Amino acid sequence: MTGMAALLVRDIRLAVRLGGGAPMGVLFFLIVVTLMPFALGPDLALLRRIGPAILWLGALLASLLALDRLFAADYEDGSLDLILTSRAPLELTVAIKALAHWLTTGLPLVVAAPVLALFLDLDPRAMGAVALTLLVGTPALTFIGTIGAALAVTLRRGGLILAVLVLPLTIPVLIFGVAAANSAIVGPAPFGPPFTILCALTLMSLVLGPFAAAAALRHGME
Amino acid sequence: MRLIATGLACVRSGREVFAGLDFVVSAGEALVVLGRNGAGKSSLLRMVAGLVRVAAGRLALEGGEAELTLAEQAHYVGHQDAVKPALTVQENLEFWARYLGGGARALPDVSLAALALDRLAGLPAAYLSAGQKRRLSLARLVAVQRPIWLLDEPTSALDAAAQDRLTNLMRGHLGSGGIILAATHAPIGLEGVKELRLNGSAA
Repeated sequence: MTGMAALLVRDIRLAVRLGGGAPMGVLFFLIVVTLMPFALGPDLALLRRIGPAILWLGALLASLLALDRLFAADYEDGSLDLILTSRAPLELTVAIKALAHWLTTGLPLVVAAPVLALFLDLDPRAMGAVALTLLVGTPALTFIGTIGAALAVTLRRGGLILAVLVLPLTIPVLIFGVAAANSAIVGPAPFGPPFTILCALTLMSLVLGPFAAAAALRHGME
Repeated sequence: MRLIATGLACVRSGREVFAGLDFVVSAGEALVVLGRNGAGKSSLLRMVAGLVRVAAGRLALEGGEAELTLAEQAHYVGHQDAVKPALTVQENLEFWARYLGGGARALPDVSLAALALDRLAGLPAAYLSAGQKRRLSLARLVAVQRPIWLLDEPTSALDAAAQDRLTNLMRGHLGSGGIILAATHAPIGLEGVKELRLNGSAA
């Protein structure tokens, strides 16, 4: 396990020192959310109604921003070769890298969401609902995204392909994330069912993502 | 311990690089892989490291640890140094030492000293020259003990003093019963090494 802890520390340290992921993701999130009122007009009732959907879409797009570097950086400097010859299971390595990525890019989005919710005139209860659904849902986005990141690792301009590959797979997460947030705010459906399905989707992606991404990496390196 | 290849073939993107390759390397022996550019030297080393599929034939390690694959008992030093510019020299080496894990290992400062990098330990790797990066990459060989060393052009970018250090490390590794496969154009300074010429005929 000491190897996995070392990997987690290394990836977080790299993310903090390079400074690309978290600030860029949050800034992008901010810009998407700020642009919406300009496009929709100053209708506070409308913004309040579709606020959770805007926040979710913004977080979804922002969480994809830095994802293409997840394996590409290690591929380019030869680290991926060594990772593949390691004694640790590749699936576990992928899961730890995804966890480090979520901690450095996904979690800041969750923290920023309540602040951005102010722009959309959401009340505290709605802010809490959106932040909670994002907290549960963004790991699913990252772990599904690792599959695309692994497939795109050997391609140039992998970022565009990544978005095309990954966004369709995130539709269920988006549907149940927004549904849960909305039901907590306006009802009439209860919060429980969509939220538990969202939790289930996240748990599934935590398991399936690393296995699929590891298979894609092994195949891609040959 | 013996590394045995029988009838080994390599196919890269539909083109046969080499075929029918046989060799045996025993503990304490070094095999230098020679051949023109594109003859498949790097492919052969990557194949032993498990990074290229074995198209035909068999690659086996006799007398290694039964629970580990061949790749897990090998150090691969390729063209790229696997050094992160944003981490310091010490952090780079410590990461690989802990991540590659397993087996007895030397302390990072001992490994750095073995390649004369100890005075640079706190420096971000971004400031290293090509030769210093290569030495940092080679420090992995000391930091983590693995019986098989796969060295692809290990002396590239190294100055004479560093080449001597590498030769001493290799001599020590062979002396303790290790195996070395090196692909190189330059002489590696070891006596009595086996040679494998890649252009169809194995010598």
